Amino acid sequence: MAEESILTDDFLRELMNVGEVDILIGVPTLNDAATVGQVVQSIRSGLLKYFPRQRSVIVNVDGGSRDSTQDIVRAASISDLAPGTNPSALRTLHCISTTHERSTENGTGLHTIVAAADLVRATICGVISPDSVSIEPEWIERLLRPVSRDNVDMVTPIYRRNKFDGLLVRNLVYPMTRALYCKQVREPHPADFAFSGRLASFFLEQDIWSQAVIQNGAETYFVISAITGGFRLTQSFLGSRPRVDHSSGDLVQALRQSVGVLFWALGKNFPTCPANSATETITATGADAEPSMEPVRVNRKRLYQMFVHGLEELNPVLNSILSASTLAELNQAAATGEDRFQYSDDLWVRTVYEFASAYHKEVISPDHIIQAMAPLYRGKTYTFLVENRDSSAGDVENNVENLCLTFERLKPYLLEIWNGRK
Amino acid sequence: MWDLIVTELTRATREIVASTAHFLPRLLEMLIIVVVGWIIAFLLRYILRSVLRLIRFDKISEHAGAAQLLNKAALPAPSELLSRFVFWLAWLGFILIGINVLGIVGMQEHISNFFGFLPRLFAGLFFLFVGLLGASFFSRAALLAAVNANLPSPRLISSMVRVLIVVFTLSMCFEEIGVAERTVIVAFTLVFGALMLGLAIAFGLGGRELARRYLERRFLYDDDKKEEQDELSHL
Repeated sequence: MAEESILTDDFLRELMNVGEVDILIGVPTLNDAATVGQVVQSIRSGLLKYFPRQRSVIVNVDGGSRDSTQDIVRAASISDLAPGTNPSALRTLHCISTTHERSTENGTGLHTIVAAADLVRATICGVISPDSVSIEPEWIERLLRPVSRDNVDMVTPIYRRNKFDGLLVRNLVYPMTRALYCKQVREPHPADFAFSGRLASFFLEQDIWSQAVIQNGAETYFVISAITGGFRLTQSFLGSRPRVDHSSGDLVQALRQSVGVLFWALGKNFPTCPANSATETITATGADAEPSMEPVRVNRKRLYQMFVHGLEELNPVLNSILSASTLAELNQAAATGEDRFQYSDDLWVRTVYEFASAYHKEVISPDHIIQAMAPLYRGKTYTFLVENRDSSAGDVENNVENLCLTFERLKPYLLEIWNGRK
Repeated sequence: MWDLIVTELTRATREIVASTAHFLPRLLEMLIIVVVGWIIAFLLRYILRSVLRLIRFDKISEHAGAAQLLNKAALPAPSELLSRFVFWLAWLGFILIGINVLGIVGMQEHISNFFGFLPRLFAGLFFLFVGLLGASFFSRAALLAAVNANLPSPRLISSMVRVLIVVFTLSMCFEEIGVAERTVIVAFTLVFGALMLGLAIAFGLGGRELARRYLERRFLYDDDKKEEQDELSHL
């Protein structure tokens, strides 16, 4: 069995003490002492308030924290709960913690959670990020209820974000996933999500866990895998998601976690849906909220300079990834100067598709392909920031929709270059 | 007098005929060895090429950038190049064995030296190939890392990484083959030492201000650095 190789003996003993459960919530952590206590308390409150009759367990899988993350999780108890939570819960709520030494990436953490869910035969599973400090007990209900009540297999979140938050998701991951898999999942790289026990077993059976790319971004693969596996998906409006410095600060790592996994998954499931088929809207439950319009501190000039500098310096590398015409257009656009520079949707989509094709053909090391994308993404980010500087939330949404349509329109181009020589 | 000439000519003719009679079978033997050698070398080439294709050797070389280097030099794909090399090496070995059979005086020692040299040549070429692959891969990794870290002169950094690895590889290769060992080691030490000293002087004296600013930024003004950071969230 797969779980025999990932679950430690001590953790197995703890899981056997817990026994079979209905709900398992996993919290993968790594040096999250500052936030994990609050997150675990909210999860507990949510479980006791909305699922008092279900047998539940919170599983913390720690990547080897050097702070007191695990102690805080273990110390969390019912007596710490805020007033208003259900004091007459009918079931015991367990909270256990384990450490995995294999990797500091979260893929091993998610593997452990899925394996634990399969072992304790949980029918409803959830993963909550320790960075979700704005979590409220209602998030647990919104994520888990569709699985328990409507037999949905996966619930992905929709957050209330700042209009300039999640730019990689808005400009690449969401539009490309939507175009290629024909499903409109707004957060294809979810931080918080829920899935059925059936889907947990499906994930566990897949021969993906030793892949380095999965160690970086298993969440994205979970979503893609649920779509291609024909499972039922839904989305839930959760609320505001705080900006997380340490996970989003490193652009290359963010690219590896999301775009790297997306490109890699394409190699396993291609073509995904016919080029001319319409995309399917995924139902979303809960109250939608307007994006926050607060100003964001960003040095646009530096973004532009890093794009131009990167394009110039990486020309020999980009030459082996991009077609001559796309590279020439990029060079031409960069030469127009900051005031007139514009990275058009059309050019951006062709760039992304050519990168995906190069990744598939492994023209150079796949990780180098992902790294080479960073300067170009900065160029697109610059254009997005300039175009939407004074835009309303609706305008931003329209621009994202237009980009999605461009990704869909140019899908035949990807099909053409996928098996072509370049 | 005439009889003497006739006798000598007859004896010489007999000797030539006898030598030719001795030589012809050996020549035939040599030709057989060369032909059989060609067949074996051809088979070796075929097997090696198949194995290399099976393990996607060309793809691995592409990852490391070796294929692009070979392309630039108008050379065939790495698997083809390597299998051709093995073919010629194996056939050359058989040709030398064939020549050895001819029994030409003085050749035997050279031939045995050649076969003694082969393992070292192989090891040297292996070091060279892996080193060039490594140089290409790590120089590109350095270029990407430098660009994404917004460091000045990424290509210079990348070239330095490449030069260092190539110099190191060549010194190992020459040492293995046994060509001018001492000269190569001394040259390597001098080049490496000079490079490091030059860098230290350039950074410490020429780039004194830059060094100061870098160290201050690195160790003193961490808060200022945070202030400069964008609030952009990618995921």
